[in-house]
Amino acid sequence: MRLNILSIVLTLAGLSAAAPGLSFEIERQKSFTSNSVEPEILRIISTADIELFAPLITGFQASNPKVTVNYHEVSSTELMRALQDEKAPYDIAVSSAMDLQTKLANDGLALAHSSVATTLLPGWGKWHDYVFAFTQEPATIVISTKDFGDLPLPKTRQDLISILRDHPDRFRGRVGTYDVRSSGLGYLFATQDARTSETFWRLAEVMGNLDIQLYCCSGAMIDDVSSGKIAVAYNVLGSYAMARRDTQDTIRIIAPQDFTTVMMRTVIIPTTSQQPAIASEFVDHLIQAAWDENSSTSDYPFPTINRNPAASDTSLRPIRMGPGLLVYLDKLKKRRFITEWENAILQP
Amino acid sequence: MRFLLVEDNIQLAKAICSHLLLDGHVVDHADRLSTTKDYLATTAYDMILLDIMLPDGDGREFLNRYRASAGKTPVIVLTARSEVSDRVGVLDLGADDYITKPFDFSELEARCRAVLRRHGGGATNIKSFGEVEFDGLSGTITHHGTTTNLRNKELRLLEIFFNVPGQICSKSKLVDRLFSYDEDVSENAIEVYVARLRKHLEGSNVQIITVRGLGYRLSLV
Amino acid sequence: MNGVLKGTGSIRWRLITQLLSGAAILTIILILIVRSFSQQLAAQSQDNILNASLTAILDASSIQQGELTVDIPYSAFSMLSNLSNDRVFYRIDQDGAFLTGYADLPKPKLRATTDTPAFMTSTYQDIEIRMVTATRLLALEGRPIELQASIAQSRNGQAKTLAEISNMVMLFGSGFFVISAVIALLAAQSTVRPLKRLAASVSRRGPHDLRPVTASVPEEMTPLVQSLNQFIQRLDTSLTRSEDFIAEAAHRVRTPLATVRAQAEITLRRVDKDENRAALKEMIRAIDDSSRAAGQLLDHAMVTFRTDHLERSKIDLGALVGETVDRLQAVAALKDIVFTYAAIDRTQIFGDAILIQNAVQNLLDNAIKYSPVESDISVELTVEAPWITLSICDQGLGFPKTGAKRLTERFARGDNVAGIVGSGLGLTIVDEVIQAHSGNLIISNNPNGVGACVSISFPSS
Repeated sequence: MRLNILSIVLTLAGLSAAAPGLSFEIERQKSFTSNSVEPEILRIISTADIELFAPLITGFQASNPKVTVNYHEVSSTELMRALQDEKAPYDIAVSSAMDLQTKLANDGLALAHSSVATTLLPGWGKWHDYVFAFTQEPATIVISTKDFGDLPLPKTRQDLISILRDHPDRFRGRVGTYDVRSSGLGYLFATQDARTSETFWRLAEVMGNLDIQLYCCSGAMIDDVSSGKIAVAYNVLGSYAMARRDTQDTIRIIAPQDFTTVMMRTVIIPTTSQQPAIASEFVDHLIQAAWDENSSTSDYPFPTINRNPAASDTSLRPIRMGPGLLVYLDKLKKRRFITEWENAILQP
Repeated sequence: MRFLLVEDNIQLAKAICSHLLLDGHVVDHADRLSTTKDYLATTAYDMILLDIMLPDGDGREFLNRYRASAGKTPVIVLTARSEVSDRVGVLDLGADDYITKPFDFSELEARCRAVLRRHGGGATNIKSFGEVEFDGLSGTITHHGTTTNLRNKELRLLEIFFNVPGQICSKSKLVDRLFSYDEDVSENAIEVYVARLRKHLEGSNVQIITVRGLGYRLSLV
Repeated sequence: MNGVLKGTGSIRWRLITQLLSGAAILTIILILIVRSFSQQLAAQSQDNILNASLTAILDASSIQQGELTVDIPYSAFSMLSNLSNDRVFYRIDQDGAFLTGYADLPKPKLRATTDTPAFMTSTYQDIEIRMVTATRLLALEGRPIELQASIAQSRNGQAKTLAEISNMVMLFGSGFFVISAVIALLAAQSTVRPLKRLAASVSRRGPHDLRPVTASVPEEMTPLVQSLNQFIQRLDTSLTRSEDFIAEAAHRVRTPLATVRAQAEITLRRVDKDENRAALKEMIRAIDDSSRAAGQLLDHAMVTFRTDHLERSKIDLGALVGETVDRLQAVAALKDIVFTYAAIDRTQIFGDAILIQNAVQNLLDNAIKYSPVESDISVELTVEAPWITLSICDQGLGFPKTGAKRLTERFARGDNVAGIVGSGLGLTIVDEVIQAHSGNLIISNNPNGVGACVSISFPSS
């Protein structure tokens, strides 16, 4: 497949542009064109890193050469704005914010889809016929090898709390995490942590005391840990960290043993889709790449899915899909949580 | 022979009795079953002639009871009923034979003879005249040690002669006795049978004499 | 006469259709009732869960820092997850003003109080939802405020459960119906069986079996059997009367004849004059004529009667002929006629013994009558499949050359038999009997020269 010169230019530019006629913000976009004279266009809106996600698209185009894929990378809140508020026409919506995807489905903004492929999913891998999971990505603690050279690696959150308390000077201004006010995934991870254990709030307070840095995304956190700007990043997407080969030596990825929250990246077909048939096929492709034991791993850039996570590692806590995820999206509840979080993290 | 006639029709009974008497038999007449029982209790008979329809009961029932009580006398049933089943049924009940009214007396005679023959009649059946012994039942004539079988008409003719030995029997009477009313025979037919009898009697001291214009007579030589 | 019976349908089928329609109606009612009941149960169970969720939400409401806050517990929503595509909607209002949730979720029509939650089925976002609303009163700075919360769930799960229930109920209903149908069939069979048995047992009877029906029958059939028995009784009486009449007629005709004949014979022995003797002979001949005629008329009536209801039993023809020959020995002996008869085996036929005996006797009687003295009558049985043939040949006058066929007609007599007493019915009777038994009658002249031959053939059994 030949890349269009213009699309390459756009990719390399990494311009964040506004979608034409609509006000939500697109961070990056890429067009995977096909050779066909009259290509069918599949529009994807996604929170996933383009480079990380690309093999799944090329793999799909291998068996569907007539399809041109337009990929728009956005933040999870912008994705909600695009689909919920502005009803932008997209065929595929991929997001790491499971709760937001569930809300879209609950609000009737997703098309139902079932096929032979969807039968591959276990009960907890989808929400009815609307939301389909295709990854298992843990929330990890990423530390800089240099800064922890002499220190024992924290195995649990409690360990991290102790280390931070013991060495405030080393870590002041050098810890980071998601700004839950702007990051959907960050909010999801934080609320799930808070649900699970009190340690979250204690850790938040300890980090707040140390003039914590707030980020929008895992990528930025990884960069800063790698470059040494911060020493510890909390709730980083383990999959991104592992995919960053360039940072292999500079960072260590730790899955906390008291509990590791595991997020499932999900895909929905918005009701605004103009190509529901191709969208369905793409969903099937994602499901097969992830859940079919016979599919090759070269097309699947994420960690291998474990069909029985609890059996292999009791510390893994997969986030369950269901209406429960809607609770923390409640206006009042969210307001309450954010107020508490701000009190802990910002310490005004 | 001693007959017991059980018949309720008086005229018919009278006629039958007369006929039997003419033939030289002895007859007792009972016109009902009660009387029959009395007669049977006191007298031994050679033959019972039994009518079916009697005023005080059914002759067949009586017959059944008679046989059940080991009554041995031969019975010929006189029946006027038309049902063959009734007639045959009578034999099953113990009658030796049956005859339908009105009947030909020669037929009755023949049947009595047959029944008695089967019963093995006693010595009373043998009549003698001169050297000749005549057994009316078995139909044989014996003299000088030789027994000859007689044919039916010969037998009957000889029986008539033996009943009235020495008496003249007219041809016409003999014709009446020997031939049925169907048969239109001349009196000379008797000649044939008389001739046959004479042949059988040859060598004995008994002969049949022709009495010109009158008839025949059995006499000693 | 055989009237064709008009049917009014079959009892069995009527029973079956009635039982089946009854079963069908019951099944349908059962299905409807169970379905409705299960529907209510399922609806109730959804309502219970919704109510539990609502209670959890209301329980999590409190006044904090001068403000109403509802900390919706995670479980309030997670308990609403089910296997179907059901979505969850909620709204919370404070004193009628929207606080959080889905602002356009409809409000309940009925007033909900603290104690009684209001349930409602409505539509939202183009789908059917089941909603429960309840209120809570809280005190804010001394004033009471009313908190009203509603939680709703779409009804796909319900619909699916209902479909499952419907299918299950239909399945059971059908099963029940099938079993009812089988039972109906069996019941119909067993109900009709006594009728069939009665019909079979009555039809098995021979034509002369007029015994009353004594089989035990169910109560409802008793009047039928009683009428049947009364009918049989009447028929029996009527037949007996006819038989009795014939017997009576025979007796009344024959007894006086017997008297006259006996007297005539006696008188004949006593008179000498030729002309008197001739007259008496004439008398006796006339009497024989009339008594034979009477006898044969009665026989003919009997034969006609019996051939109408021909009995079919196994008869050994050979034995029957032998008995009849024995019976007539005495009469034959009167004319010094000799019967030759040799019994053979395998002479079984089907028929009425009485009628056949009558026919054979008639033929033998005829043979004796028309044979001269001291002649032979040959009686022969031959078996030539499928027929058994009885041939009686005499040495008498033989049949006339012309008009032999006519002899079987009533009262027909041959041209050459004037002088011999005969009624002319003998062969007629024989012919009737033969025909009733699907046999053959052949009359011919004796091939051995003089005399007549009569052959009757019967189909072998």
